[in-house]
Amino acid sequence: MIQAILVFNNHGKPRLVRFYQRFPEEIQQQIVRETFHLVLKRDDNICNFLEGGSLIGGSDYKLIYRHYATLYFVFCVDSSESELGILDLIQVFVETLDKCFENVCELDLIFHMDKVHYILQEVVMGGMVLETNMNEIVAQIESQNRLEKSEGGLSAAPARAVSAVKNINLPEIPRNINIGDLNIKVPNLSQFV
Amino acid sequence: MSDIVEKTLTALPGLFLQNQPGGGPAAAKASFSSRLGGLVRGITALTSKHEEEKLIQQELSSLKATVSAPTTTLKMMKECMVRFIYCEMLGYDASFGYIHAIKLAQQGNLLEKRVGYLAVSLFLHESHELLLLLVNTVVKDLQSTNLVEVCMALTVVSQIFPREMIPAVLPLIEDKLQHSKEIVRRKAVLALYKFYLIAPNQVQHIHIKFRRALCDRDVGVMAASLHIYLRMIKENPSGYKDLTGSFVTILKQVVGGKLPVDFNYHSVPAPWLQIQLLRILGLLGKDDQRTSELTYDVLDESLRRAELSHNVTYAILFECVHTIYSIYPKSELLEKAAKCIGKFVLSPKINLKYLGLKALTYVIQQDPTLALQHQMTIIECLDHPDPIIKRETLELLYRITNAQNITVIVQKMLEYLHQTKEEYVIVNLVGKIAELAEKYAPDNAWFIQTMNAVFSVGGDVMHPDIPSNFLRLLAEGFDDETENQQLRLYAVQSYLTLLDVENVFYPQRFLQVMSWVDASLSFLDGFVAEGLSQGVAPYKPHHQRQEEKLSQEKVLNFEPYGLSFSSSGFTGRQSPAGVSLGSDISGNSAETGLKETNSLKMEGIKKLWGKEGYLPKKESKTGDESETPPIPQESIIMENVDQAITKKDQAQVLTQSKEEKEKQLLASSLFVGLGTDSTISLLGKADTASHKFRKKSKVKETKSGETTSIHNITCSSFSSLSNVAYEGHYYLNTLQDRGDKEIKTNSLNSELLDSESLTELPLVEKLSNCSLSTPSLFDDNNMEIFHPPQSTAASVAKEISLASSLLEETTDYMHSNLIEVCNNETVSVSSYKIWKDDCLLMIWSVTNKSGLELKSAILEIFPTENFKITEQPGCCLPVIEAESTKNFQYSVQMEKSFTEENLSGFLNYHMVDNSVQLEFSINLSLLDFIRPLKISTEDFGKLWLSFANDVKQNVKMSESQAALPSALKPLQQKLRLHVIDVIGNEGLLACQLLPSIPCLLHCRVHADVLALWFRSSCPTLPDYLLYQCQKVIEGS
Repeated sequence: MIQAILVFNNHGKPRLVRFYQRFPEEIQQQIVRETFHLVLKRDDNICNFLEGGSLIGGSDYKLIYRHYATLYFVFCVDSSESELGILDLIQVFVETLDKCFENVCELDLIFHMDKVHYILQEVVMGGMVLETNMNEIVAQIESQNRLEKSEGGLSAAPARAVSAVKNINLPEIPRNINIGDLNIKVPNLSQFV
Repeated sequence: MSDIVEKTLTALPGLFLQNQPGGGPAAAKASFSSRLGGLVRGITALTSKHEEEKLIQQELSSLKATVSAPTTTLKMMKECMVRFIYCEMLGYDASFGYIHAIKLAQQGNLLEKRVGYLAVSLFLHESHELLLLLVNTVVKDLQSTNLVEVCMALTVVSQIFPREMIPAVLPLIEDKLQHSKEIVRRKAVLALYKFYLIAPNQVQHIHIKFRRALCDRDVGVMAASLHIYLRMIKENPSGYKDLTGSFVTILKQVVGGKLPVDFNYHSVPAPWLQIQLLRILGLLGKDDQRTSELTYDVLDESLRRAELSHNVTYAILFECVHTIYSIYPKSELLEKAAKCIGKFVLSPKINLKYLGLKALTYVIQQDPTLALQHQMTIIECLDHPDPIIKRETLELLYRITNAQNITVIVQKMLEYLHQTKEEYVIVNLVGKIAELAEKYAPDNAWFIQTMNAVFSVGGDVMHPDIPSNFLRLLAEGFDDETENQQLRLYAVQSYLTLLDVENVFYPQRFLQVMSWVDASLSFLDGFVAEGLSQGVAPYKPHHQRQEEKLSQEKVLNFEPYGLSFSSSGFTGRQSPAGVSLGSDISGNSAETGLKETNSLKMEGIKKLWGKEGYLPKKESKTGDESETPPIPQESIIMENVDQAITKKDQAQVLTQSKEEKEKQLLASSLFVGLGTDSTISLLGKADTASHKFRKKSKVKETKSGETTSIHNITCSSFSSLSNVAYEGHYYLNTLQDRGDKEIKTNSLNSELLDSESLTELPLVEKLSNCSLSTPSLFDDNNMEIFHPPQSTAASVAKEISLASSLLEETTDYMHSNLIEVCNNETVSVSSYKIWKDDCLLMIWSVTNKSGLELKSAILEIFPTENFKITEQPGCCLPVIEAESTKNFQYSVQMEKSFTEENLSGFLNYHMVDNSVQLEFSINLSLLDFIRPLKISTEDFGKLWLSFANDVKQNVKMSESQAALPSALKPLQQKLRLHVIDVIGNEGLLACQLLPSIPCLLHCRVHADVLALWFRSSCPTLPDYLLYQCQKVIEGS
């Protein structure tokens, strides 16, 4: 079972918080902070697994994380999950985001929090892995998007704005190297300053 | 604050301006008219947490206004909901929006419904009352003809659904198993799995449908059903053996590439599916040769097919290895799996190395030679910069510990222990060290020193079993009385040394252990009497002395455990007469004398356990390298592989750096005893006998080891050298020279007693003879103060005085009255409770009323799921003499919360060849686990704000109680609430439910009404305490 999926940026700002096990509100926030501090301490060249913090149940739970440019994706799982399997699941999730948002970046996660949740729901449902096939996930999301298109309107607008920002992206090599394809990119700041 | 986003966002307007000709403006405007955009932008522009808080509060109040305005459309509501979600994610309470989320899910169109459902599943929890409002909507949507609605309903059901409402939707979801769309069937299977997890008995009748899902024509549905099977097989492997063939067939097809290409991930066929199936096969084949045989082929094929093309292949390989080592062994497969482990362990990728270590840890008990093959890698991992790798390595070493490598391994563990700060790591590691030390300790000195390290690092957090096991060991000892004496003597000596170090604080548990060990001082009774008759000051309890000392020093110290034990203070503890004499007569000489001996001992300790301590040892070890050739018989027995490796090592020795040499030496000391004689470690692990027995057998082992040879010294192992090292350092190397013992103990005692010249020799002799016979606490003679109680009332007092002699702290605790729980013509069993700080101590005292002795009396308590019951020392007494009373102690800890429960047990004894059994039971209530919580008013304030669950109630008081203090008194006495403060007509009280659930009470008096307001982190505790308080107040 997956207990929680947390996405936060390099500064610990939560970008996606999804718990599959019940924790009181304030504990959830503490878990996000604790997890951030646990993960932040770690270099990129050490392993992607670590034991859960004391709040989430200590060594019975594993934190499996990947670091993409400005974002950390952390899955907290119990012993019934395969570490490497989850590691690749994170990759699937991020690649799916990338497909759905066309070059996903941190801004997409902020402005389309709801959409990110819908995508996640097609990958992990109630703490269980529902689908690992990216094409299948994208197909589900697209069938939902068709509904949205027919309604049109406000919600589609920010997407265009954000992709306008992204058009001038300079590619950046993800910090996590052992996974092939390019992932989340951030706008190059020198452009703006 | 995220700089990047912040900067990006501040740059946005300029960007949009630039893009204007390109058709961007409409988008830009739309984006900024979006309220969420505005909010995000606002937040990212802020610099402090405080400002953020202000902004969000503003946002929330504007949201509140919007959602409650009648003109707000569902469409606007949908947009508001996303902002709600955002605020909640940042940790702000938006609970007023919950009901609107439900409304949106109920009334909205598809898109609005989707946001509503999402918000509900993020905001609420399974037992939230608002969730009940959603049930009808879910039922409606499940029946919808719209696929998207059905899917949304299934998703929300599997994320969050009230357990008691499952029957309302269960038939609908069962129907969905036959739905024409694959995605619906798949989600239905997972929803049912969720139900199985939260309420297994509600889905019992549909197990047959799970089977149908397993045979579904669609692979996705089948894969989803594996979640359920993995779980069910884990719980009951024997119930699903008939499915082994099916799982094997499925796996064969997957591995053979029979699935559509869609299922490939980086050209590996359905890796997650393979992982699930391999796990299932591992569970099914465990300890079952026939089932295992069915799986050999497919496992072999999986190993073969898993070409290392992608990361995920390693995931499959890892599962394969795990499965091969779980099922009934087949040598060819084991060989291949071992090679696979090699690939992991030697991989430069740290993730794989970690898994390699994990795999090694798992297989090491079956195949210790594998550890030998990878010993150098393991050594390297011990110094790996990644603490996770280090920890996994220690876990591995823990599994291969035996009597020969214990010292090195424990030393490595202690090193790690001193570096880490994470509590659960400390708890875990401390437990392991204590376990290993009890099992394999090479000698007393090492054992005590290791346990001292364990207590001083982990005392505050460790499992309570550790100190109690340790004390039991000291109390019950081994077969050999002299050995026991040595151990106890050594323990006390080491404590004296530790306590003499100034400005060092020890955890409370450690201090308790120390005081337990040397608290009874019963052997000093005669001496004290004599001293008193000579006019010396009477004994003062040590806390009193501490207070006096502190007041003398004019230092304000309110830290309960921040007391430093100076030498004078602690001498007093050792010998009450000593301190009084010391202060009266021979103070100076006594002090100096002690100091000398203590500093001497300190050196020994430092050299061993301090940081510098390792250096001389390492040097001596490298120097010892040349001595390796005369290998003692032990090393000769070593396994071939090991020999090959050591030979190779020796060949390389010339060219290797010193560091490298050290590593190899470390390796040889770590992996000693892992060769052909692998039974050592296997037996060690398989041994399930209680610690007591293990320790006993261990002592025999080491003793024979010591007497037969000096193999420890000749063997080139690290461990032996360290033994030698500290045996040299400790001037009290009592183990070897038994002859010296008498003299040494005598001299020790004379030191302890401040080298009093007044004391005549015979007294010293006497002291030494019974010195440290604390364990006699539990011996029979102690109990003989008791005669069969004529009346219960009279015996209560006696009983309690007995209890206080049993445990030093007992008198400090409140206790219940003695109640007779059962009796017959020969025995009477009475019981009382001692409400100790950390547990409930149950005392059953068994009185033999007859004139005959009772043999092999056993008192046992039936286990219950709510409690953890630990037998205290001295519970199995062979004989209860005629007309005497024996006490049996059990400490009870709460595991699950409850309100009332019976604790039952039986007493069994033999009398004139007849076995008699008496059953009894006693009622425990939650109140037995309530303890005062002593906190300051400030802490109370802080805690008060942090608790979510509260209950308020007004209670009428009788006139006599009208003043607050007198009203609180019964609460303090009967419920053990701690009165923190009384301010005017308000009172603050606090208590905790063991082990550590706090509950606060604020009360206020208004005429004859007492307003009680409870808050706690636990939802049920306030209700319960309120009820109890009402009872107490109305009752008095």
